[in-house]
Amino acid sequence: MRQIEVAQVTQAVKAAAIAANYEPGADLLAALARGAETEESPSGKEIFRQLLENARIAKEERIPMCQDCGLAVVFAEMGQDVHLVGGDFDQAINAGIRQGYGEGHLRKSLCHPLTRANTGDNTPAVIHTEIVPGDRLKLTVVPKGGGSENMSRLFMLKPADGLAGIKEKVVLTVEEAGPNPCPPIIVGVGIGGNFERAALLAKKSLLRELGQANPDPEVAAIERQLLAEVNDLGIGPQGLGGRITAMAVHVLMQPCHIASLPVAVNIQCHASRHQEVVL
Amino acid sequence: MAKTVKLTAPLTEQDVLQLNIGDTVLVSGVIYTARDAAHKRLVDLLAAGEPLPMDLEGQIMYYVGPSPAPPGRVIGAAGPTTSYRMDSYAPILIKLGLKAMIGKGKRGVEVIEAMKAHKAVYLGATGGAGALISQRIKAAEVIAFPELGPEAVHRLEVEDFPTMVINDCQGHDLYEHGVREYRRTTAR
Repeated sequence: MRQIEVAQVTQAVKAAAIAANYEPGADLLAALARGAETEESPSGKEIFRQLLENARIAKEERIPMCQDCGLAVVFAEMGQDVHLVGGDFDQAINAGIRQGYGEGHLRKSLCHPLTRANTGDNTPAVIHTEIVPGDRLKLTVVPKGGGSENMSRLFMLKPADGLAGIKEKVVLTVEEAGPNPCPPIIVGVGIGGNFERAALLAKKSLLRELGQANPDPEVAAIERQLLAEVNDLGIGPQGLGGRITAMAVHVLMQPCHIASLPVAVNIQCHASRHQEVVL
Repeated sequence: MAKTVKLTAPLTEQDVLQLNIGDTVLVSGVIYTARDAAHKRLVDLLAAGEPLPMDLEGQIMYYVGPSPAPPGRVIGAAGPTTSYRMDSYAPILIKLGLKAMIGKGKRGVEVIEAMKAHKAVYLGATGGAGALISQRIKAAEVIAFPELGPEAVHRLEVEDFPTMVINDCQGHDLYEHGVREYRRTTAR
């Protein structure tokens, strides 16, 4: 068993939360630069230029990319040969979020669902822990904005609906979202599993390097078809009209019940933020 | 043909009547922030017959919850939040003299009708460009509901704050026009 102090977890989560909000990934920057080149609509081109400038200011002048510094989603892949010592794992993650959002001057965006009273420190994080082979602990911090999360949908389709039904729902979700989730977006799609797994697959698909195809050629083909159909909507950057409504569609798929065809669509705004650290 | 107009808040009716969808508006002067929780508070105050923390006549309301000001800055990132969540409150404020709202995303029919009836406009700022936009904010001060944290009402002094007219006083909608031009599908 390899021992890891939970204090290390707190430090790692704190640093990742701050970095995610200030330092856009190379994959995102490349996609924005590509958009500035290829978008046909003049206003859409201008939006891509603004987003590149915004990313530069965030990194160089230390202002978060977006004022919505997100609800902190944390994916933990825990090696089965890891032994955590020195405290409670979830508490250690939340301590990292609390410190990162405090010291990093990030917005605290969590509140009581009914009274709407702010929790004051952006906790609790939404934590997904998976046990995997090995003796490492991988932590991925994903600050997720509320505007794009609000436009996400889950559909329990009939098996008879098939691929055509899935496509219809994905396109419908993007169409109804329109300008609201800050396009150019990334569309995460989870197909299969069950009610909660489909949503988790959709969220996880967003962790993939932007625009990298699913390794399964069958799923990659669905991603290409969906991207083309979504971009035919003409919503464009910020909804002002244009060719690039989505920069990518990512799909994850797994078997489901013979009675079901669950499909989740998780919309990610262009401020796609995730930071990974391996302990 | 879209034009660029420089306006200083508070606005006059003449200021907003000249605006058409697609126009760029560079806003200077004083504007107020309010998002979900602050709107509820404002409308609750009105229902209780109590005074608002600001005079709404000619004002611009910016839908934003800024991130905290890092040391040496007046404000953190400060891009727009999605506006439809304020749709149930906006017509009440428009009737009381609010002349413009800055946000992102579609507005409901009831807001568009109120803008037509009372001569107000809806301006879009670039969603997710919070760092870029913060540079046009020269001063910021919380004037009401500090307990709401990021949702408190701020008084902002802005200079050439970049926006685009999404809905004008005639009820036109820039989103509908823009999308029509680039749409290639008959879906839905």
